[in-house]
Amino acid sequence: MSDSPIFQINNLHARVLEEGTEILHGLDLQIPAGEVHAIMGPNGSGKSTLAKVIAGHPEYEVTEGSIYFDGRNVLDMEPDERSKAGIFLAFQYPVEIPGVSIANFLRTAKQAHMPEGEELDLFDFQDELLDRMRLLDVDPTFAERPVNDGFSGGEKKRNEILQMAMLQPSLAVMDETDSGLDIDALKVVANGVNALTEENPSMSVLLITHYQRLLNYVKPDVVHVIVAGKIVRTGGPEVALELEEEGYAEFREYEAAQQ
Amino acid sequence: MPQNETIQGLGLDQYKYDFVDEEKHVFRTQPGLSEDVVRQISAQKGEPEWMLQARLKALEIYYSKPMPTWGGNLSDLERVLDEIYFYVRPQDQMEHSWDDVPESIKTTFERLGIPEAEQKILAGVGAQYESEMVYHSLKKEWEDQGVIFDSIEEGLKNHPELFRKYFGTVIPAADNKFAAMNSAVWSGGSFVYIPKGVELKTPLQAYFRINQEKMGQFERTLIIADEGSHAHYIEGCTAPVYSTESFHSGVIEIIVHRNARFRYTTIQNWSNNMYNLVTQRALVHENASMEWLDGNLGSKLTMKYPSCYLVGEGAHGEILSIAYAGDGQHQDTGGKVVHVAPRTTSSIVSKSISRGTGRASYRGLLKVHKGALHARSNVECDALLINDTSRTDTYPYIEIEEQGANVGHEATVSKVGDEQLFYLMSRGMSEAEAMALIVRGFIEPIAKELPMEYAVELNRLIELEMEGSVG
Repeated sequence: MSDSPIFQINNLHARVLEEGTEILHGLDLQIPAGEVHAIMGPNGSGKSTLAKVIAGHPEYEVTEGSIYFDGRNVLDMEPDERSKAGIFLAFQYPVEIPGVSIANFLRTAKQAHMPEGEELDLFDFQDELLDRMRLLDVDPTFAERPVNDGFSGGEKKRNEILQMAMLQPSLAVMDETDSGLDIDALKVVANGVNALTEENPSMSVLLITHYQRLLNYVKPDVVHVIVAGKIVRTGGPEVALELEEEGYAEFREYEAAQQ
Repeated sequence: MPQNETIQGLGLDQYKYDFVDEEKHVFRTQPGLSEDVVRQISAQKGEPEWMLQARLKALEIYYSKPMPTWGGNLSDLERVLDEIYFYVRPQDQMEHSWDDVPESIKTTFERLGIPEAEQKILAGVGAQYESEMVYHSLKKEWEDQGVIFDSIEEGLKNHPELFRKYFGTVIPAADNKFAAMNSAVWSGGSFVYIPKGVELKTPLQAYFRINQEKMGQFERTLIIADEGSHAHYIEGCTAPVYSTESFHSGVIEIIVHRNARFRYTTIQNWSNNMYNLVTQRALVHENASMEWLDGNLGSKLTMKYPSCYLVGEGAHGEILSIAYAGDGQHQDTGGKVVHVAPRTTSSIVSKSISRGTGRASYRGLLKVHKGALHARSNVECDALLINDTSRTDTYPYIEIEEQGANVGHEATVSKVGDEQLFYLMSRGMSEAEAMALIVRGFIEPIAKELPMEYAVELNRLIELEMEGSVG
């Protein structure tokens, strides 16, 4: 683990471009390399907005503050550049791409990650894909299915994890990857994340979640609580357990005071 | 078919790029259309009298029919037709030099990864001699099976009875104004006969034939698939055809006899000054099956509706089409199926993509005649819009005279969504790559039916097109 955090957010203010409503009001966050951080918060606290802003969703505008990753100014980069720089966002609602197989999709993404002028070796790709599917316990026929088209919630999330495994990011942001999953699907996702962090101990993970239950399977080093667009508490895994017992009630006052 | 092809029958020694004295040797008709022009065409080809008479009759029909007022905008066409040459003798077709080919076209060729020799053919300035070996060995194989695969002129000359028996029977001159025009001035195209029971494993590719003689802008193709035969004919190519001409009007007639199966695949990508008005129709007999696989890219305006007339009991017709309308282009395409006999079945799947100010219209006719008991048909047309300025329209005409016909129609319009783009970009793809992937997925149900090399080329072409769509 390095001394200065690989991922740093300072005083981040962001708003919805269309309506102009500010969602993040000066958010600070630091994640050192190799750590797993969880961000928990009630609905509407800005959790998903944070995930989208990190990945560069065009719907949001950053009005103040900064995001640095590995010494680079993330806010200067397009979403594809952020991906190439090693940031991966696992979507809360993965998008359907009809007619495009997962294999084809991953090949295109892998090619995009190659240095300029280099061609992806298709045999290497095939080997890697099979290897990754084995690691995540995914059936090889899965890769032939069109991306998220007609997938169950669990299959969509599994697809996100497979993509993450293929792209091998340095920072994985998981946006409510646990939402809408039954316990078996949740375990699949958690096992995937654990397998990947084990394989690559320097990967940082930001788990965004409403519930504590994912954290039973993926152990965070640090837990942050986000309320009304700001981190209001940071602590160890015990914070998640407290939240599980007490809910977000103690933060409601804070939330009300902000509005 | 590309009309600017290679020179037939000329040895390399006669073949020159520097046409310093070209004017002396060129035979071409006067600009515009007249009886004199038609007579000259027929005389140049040394045709029998009946053909000349058929041409002249067609010319009369052409004059008598008004310009269509439906479909695309043809208001400028009269002027164009007064200026173009309706016939240039193949040996004398105006070769232009490689230097005359616009940079944009050359760049596209390069980026498509087309070898230079092939680039020159496509631009109408060269001949691809390498393919001749392949062609000759295939031709031998076909001849041994009794297959005829000739130019339309050779067909008339060498197989006069067969030719006359079928020519103009599927698409008579009176069918429409442009069919009449083509019937009067046709030049170039293929004549194909597949004997009874012959099944061809290798597709017949017009590509193999194009270095045999030049194809005209008024190509005429006649194909007869005899009983129980099975073949696939491919024409065109996804690379843009560069042409100084601005009008193309082809007629393609296909007769699919009892129990035969025939597939006709064409992918065309015209330069964007081109009016492309094509009539293609198949007559499908008892228990026979016809498939049109039709891809239209480029051109200023394309009006093209491959059709199947299901005249024999149990006949099946299928039309798969892709249209891509780029900036300033109008693709008015679709399909037409006429159910005449009982238990006939058909399916139309049409996919269109509009980018920039491009407009793609689906125009389809599904007709079930009285007596076509238990006819079944399904029409599906899907449009994808790339930009806010892109446009799509659907004109499905359905005429059912027989109760109990089972007819389905489904149309969808979708727009490339911001969420889709963001999702793909968050995986490292540029906006153009993301667009291209979405478009490729959209046309996948049809592209997978294409021979591999065509599908690959089509995908590359879409990638190039999408680069221009961003921003």
